[in-house]
Amino acid sequence: MLTKGLPFYTILLPNLLKFNAMFFQQIINGLTVGGVYALIALGYTLVYGILELINFAHGEIYMIGAYLGIIFLGIFTAAGLTEYSLLLSLVLTFIMSTLVCSAYGFTVEKLAYKPLRNAPRLNPLISAIGVSIFLQNYVMLTQGATDKVFPHVIPVTIIEFSNVTMTTLQLFIIIVSLLLMAGLHLFIMKTKTGKAMRAVAQDKIMASLLGINIDRIISVTFIIGSGLAAVAGLMVAMYYGLVNYSIGYLVGIKAFTAAVLGGIGSVPGAMIGGLVLGLIESLGAGYLSSEYKDAYAFIILIIILLVKPTGLLGKSEGPRP
Amino acid sequence: MKKLIFMFWCALLTLPFMGIRGAAYLFFGIAVSYGFYVALANMFGKIKKPDLPVNMKLLSTALIIFSFALPFLVRDYYTDVAILVCIYILLALGVNIVIGFTGLLHLGFAAFYGIGAYSNALLTTALGLDFWSALILTLILSSLAGFLLAFPSLRLRGDYLAIVTLGFGEIIRLVLNNWDSVTRGPNGISNIPSPVILGFEISSLKYYYYLVLLFMLSAAFIVKRVQRSRTGRAWLAIREDETAAEAMGINTRKYKFMALTFGAFWAGLAGALFASKMHFVSPESFTFMESVFVVCMIILGGLGSVPGVIFGSLILVLLPELLRDFQLYRMLALGAGLVLMMIFRPDGLIRSRQ
Repeated sequence: MLTKGLPFYTILLPNLLKFNAMFFQQIINGLTVGGVYALIALGYTLVYGILELINFAHGEIYMIGAYLGIIFLGIFTAAGLTEYSLLLSLVLTFIMSTLVCSAYGFTVEKLAYKPLRNAPRLNPLISAIGVSIFLQNYVMLTQGATDKVFPHVIPVTIIEFSNVTMTTLQLFIIIVSLLLMAGLHLFIMKTKTGKAMRAVAQDKIMASLLGINIDRIISVTFIIGSGLAAVAGLMVAMYYGLVNYSIGYLVGIKAFTAAVLGGIGSVPGAMIGGLVLGLIESLGAGYLSSEYKDAYAFIILIIILLVKPTGLLGKSEGPRP
Repeated sequence: MKKLIFMFWCALLTLPFMGIRGAAYLFFGIAVSYGFYVALANMFGKIKKPDLPVNMKLLSTALIIFSFALPFLVRDYYTDVAILVCIYILLALGVNIVIGFTGLLHLGFAAFYGIGAYSNALLTTALGLDFWSALILTLILSSLAGFLLAFPSLRLRGDYLAIVTLGFGEIIRLVLNNWDSVTRGPNGISNIPSPVILGFEISSLKYYYYLVLLFMLSAAFIVKRVQRSRTGRAWLAIREDETAAEAMGINTRKYKFMALTFGAFWAGLAGALFASKMHFVSPESFTFMESVFVVCMIILGGLGSVPGVIFGSLILVLLPELLRDFQLYRMLALGAGLVLMMIFRPDGLIRSRQ
């Protein structure tokens, strides 16, 4: 038996060592993409935790965030602010697009989901699909169907150590997403609003009896989720340099997969799920086949839902919906 | 005042995307059209909606006669559109069995449609079979695909099922797109032959229209009969309350299998007819939007009602063809329409009687 097992190791190990550089390269790429997935997955998981609704339009909110980043940076550049101070203009872009994107999330909830809160469960889902189609075509009609280019204003330096390269932008994305996740965790655990959010997620009726304004909490949830998606969209626009009106759909599904992978409704789960999905995707693209890169997320999703529907960190309480 | 603030808020939101002038136009546009709406509602609000007694039997007979006479009344272009309508009705009938009757929100029906189209295309071009034997194999294949996908749906409910089926649809599309050696990737398969009956090739639009129409009418008839059978009632019971249905002794597993297999069967038929009509298939025709489009049809018409499905497909295929100038705004209206339907009329335009 041992002799049968031997060739396997003797072939695999040197190969792994030889491709070590590639391995670490894919890890870095995976963490970058994974951080973005995690930020979007947080929006899904927060909304699902409270409303038990798959917010199909969340991917579109992320796409709108990316567009807003390009638009606002364009405005600031035209106004001469970027020449004056690049940092200031970038910070303002981040703030403005997050704010407007949160406003979009807030409005979508008020218009399309709130009237359906007591309807059968499939109705809000279909409404969400409608919102998603609407927003996609709205952006296509107002901004054109061609790719938009992110202005080349950010100087990118490449950090290199032993064949593994990492751009400052990648480092920036990883750090920002980790910081935002930590911030969100603190917000949910420590503040009064965060506590109220957890209470509403556990039991809506009880929470409202205890004097929590449910409508307000749901709005806050949508605002936070959309803000995180806006930051993710902006960073992706900076990273790839190109934005299209249809990017929201696929990334949205992948981020949802990440949320399910980590256990939907669980905030740390979404963070871990996003990072794991990013790693799986870039390692799969590096070692298996890059053509089916987009299919990995769906395959993982189906396997997870069939084998362990509660995800990595989800609680298994009561019957599943 | 509150409504004015709301309009202003909407205009403000669109400001970065449409510029100052666009947002201002939008604001005044919404305000003026809302004013019109209020004025009209005040004028006509008091008139009660007429409750038209419609004789369904007479109406459907008239419609069927009209549909048979259609190719002689209109230009070839409209016959072409009518063929497309019939194919979509077939597809929507299949989706309706799963979503409308059984209540399983399935968002990957384009996959069965695609499997039907591709297997017909491959069997006729690569293996050289004739249309009819290929059709039989295609129907078996697509039903089998539906049967296999029923396994996950036994364990999942509601929105989880929606997501899994969506993923399934995307995987099939990616396979069609990337499996170059068989499906020729994004280039698609061309030169799919027309069907032949008794040595007579059905290549002209008129004859093909009659073929598709016959398939569509028989499908509508069969689905309607099945809906009223024991099976159909079991499906309805599952839709209304799965736990209660199980408690009443309905084998929910079996009936879910049946619903998905039966639904996939019609989708496969629609796909096969689509392939031999177009003489060309490519993965582009089987995207997620296609699935959503069909779901829109049955929601517009009314979930679970066969006349509703036919009506919904008719509207959603015909309207974009008639309003060519507004092609760009089609999807925008579709998205907004879905939300509005869900809020104001979740049962669809034609309510099913159950």
